Amino acid sequence: MTRVPVDHDKNLHIINNPKYAELVGQRNAFAFTLSALVLIIYFGFIFLIAYGKAFLGTPLAEGMVSTIGFPIGVFVILTAFILTGLYVRRANTRFDDLNREIIKEAHQ
Amino acid sequence: MTRLFHTVAALLFASMGSAFAADAPVQIEAQGTNHEALYMFIFFVGITLLITKWAASRTKTTKDFYAAGGGITAAQNGLAIAGDYMSAASFLGISSLVYASGYDGLVYSVGWLVGWPIILFLIAERLRNLGKYTFAEVAAFRLSHGPVRTFAAIGSLVVVAGYLIAQMVGAGQLIKLIFNIEYTYAVMLVGALMIVYVTFGGMVATTWVQIVKACLLLIGASIIAFGVLSEFNFSFEAMFAKAIEVHPKHGAIMEPGTLISNPIEAVSLGLALMFGTAGLPHILMRFFTVPDAKAARKSVFYATGFIGYFYILTFIIGFGAITMVSTNPEYVVELGKLALKGGNNMAAIHLSHAVGGDLFKGFISAVAFATILAVVSGLALAGASAIAHDLYTNVMRKDQVSEAEELRVSKLASLALGVIAVVLGIVFEKQNVAYMVGLVFAVAASGNFPVLALSLFWSGLTTRGAVWGGYVGLGVAVLLTVLGPTVWTDTMHMGPAIFPFKNPALFSMPLAFIFAWLMSITDKSECADLDRAGYESQKVRSETGLGAEGAVAH
Repeated sequence: MTRVPVDHDKNLHIINNPKYAELVGQRNAFAFTLSALVLIIYFGFIFLIAYGKAFLGTPLAEGMVSTIGFPIGVFVILTAFILTGLYVRRANTRFDDLNREIIKEAHQ
Repeated sequence: MTRLFHTVAALLFASMGSAFAADAPVQIEAQGTNHEALYMFIFFVGITLLITKWAASRTKTTKDFYAAGGGITAAQNGLAIAGDYMSAASFLGISSLVYASGYDGLVYSVGWLVGWPIILFLIAERLRNLGKYTFAEVAAFRLSHGPVRTFAAIGSLVVVAGYLIAQMVGAGQLIKLIFNIEYTYAVMLVGALMIVYVTFGGMVATTWVQIVKACLLLIGASIIAFGVLSEFNFSFEAMFAKAIEVHPKHGAIMEPGTLISNPIEAVSLGLALMFGTAGLPHILMRFFTVPDAKAARKSVFYATGFIGYFYILTFIIGFGAITMVSTNPEYVVELGKLALKGGNNMAAIHLSHAVGGDLFKGFISAVAFATILAVVSGLALAGASAIAHDLYTNVMRKDQVSEAEELRVSKLASLALGVIAVVLGIVFEKQNVAYMVGLVFAVAASGNFPVLALSLFWSGLTTRGAVWGGYVGLGVAVLLTVLGPTVWTDTMHMGPAIFPFKNPALFSMPLAFIFAWLMSITDKSECADLDRAGYESQKVRSETGLGAEGAVAH
């Protein structure tokens, strides 16, 4: 008994389909790795703000006023964007293909 | 319906006309700039009313009203999400923060952006696969709907109310300044337009108003940034050199400074900014407007791109304002100091004048106002969904409500929210509401997000755990904000703060998780067995879309 409205036959078919374990395993491993990466980069940045103020204020080169903090900030923003792109590309191709097969097999 | 719409629109224009006419003679003498802004604003309102009229003809069902019929494409939704996120608070607020403190402004931009990858990796497609209209449905998917959806609806309404106050007060002050109409009328005008968009056009109108505004804002901000950079032959080094020379804090603006005073504040703010986004009801509801999980994913990718680009622009705008606004007696109260005529949120508006003269300032002012209008409309719709779909239809009436009745209740709810927003805007007029956005993010990160995340990822979560965790997180976040320096000391003038930190998330968010965990593992009720038993089926649906509307084609 659950509260979840569900087609038990299809549900059971999916749970027992090895492709489902493959999809969930691969997609979640990928998603959690990327999430961890974002967290590390972002909290690394936060710790620099808390403890490394002087480092962020280092000039980019001798005699310049631009500091290293700016490219670092822009790097965090760009990385976030690029990682979302990576995830979407893989999810919309490989993972969705696998997903479609699983659903199709459940409907047979 | 259409006739009613025409009447309301006509009344609105008439009242606007008279409000402006009353002030017009004084206005012309005082400042010539306001006419451009006024005409452009009326033009924008005209366009949005046409959009609303078109949207009204396509808003027949609850699915149309809450989710635009699920027919928004990924690119459109990406723009709309970006529009929800690029509020006046981020456009005027962040650029003014950079203007005042330099590098510190970047901390907010970065924090607000990195919430998006997390939403994509963990939340977006699961939300699309499990829910229809509100995130409360998803949080309660396998749990007992009554208590969990009541909590999630309350969490939504707290966020919506806080956000609305910040936007309404900002709108009133901005309109008062630019169009020279009285604060009270300005707030009422915003409330009235918001009610028209939401009640008549629902999600279709709200989305398209947001898209139009997002495009205008991106174009406007790009032009300002281009104008600034061209002053310095596109050399950031030259721009920074000039900024250091003229800013009272000089070289200190090139590194983090006083804004984030200690490590605990930094981490606590970082947590709220990053995870708060994943608990904002008006953002989460956008994932129900696209046809499937694939489109939900793509829309986050587009939104992250637009938002990231926009934040980089606001940064250039902030530094541009240091170099071109703070040095001009036309904009500052006193040369050599930073205080701006018209208040400290006006850096971007003044800069637009420095870059492009009266006409361009008019355009940017109208865009800033449009931004507020679009954002409050999205908020009102999120609040109306929580009231009509979660509280009324599901909790009070146990889903025994006809579609027509639910639609009527949701429209009444948006009307009521509009009135409440106006009242709150008037009540908070003289208050400094800068802390509201911080409070909203702390509440979203400590109440809504933990419940949503645990319900998706932890099979052990029970109804009791979700409710305890949610209310504790929400309550502690609000309490610590009130007892903290921003409200207790700066706003209420009650002396030294009882809670020493400005940002409560580092404390309230873990407490929410701890309570949710503790109250779940000790829960031996029958209800808890039912909660846990549903996890596997929920997981199949959230991962594969089995049983979800518009799931992967088969």
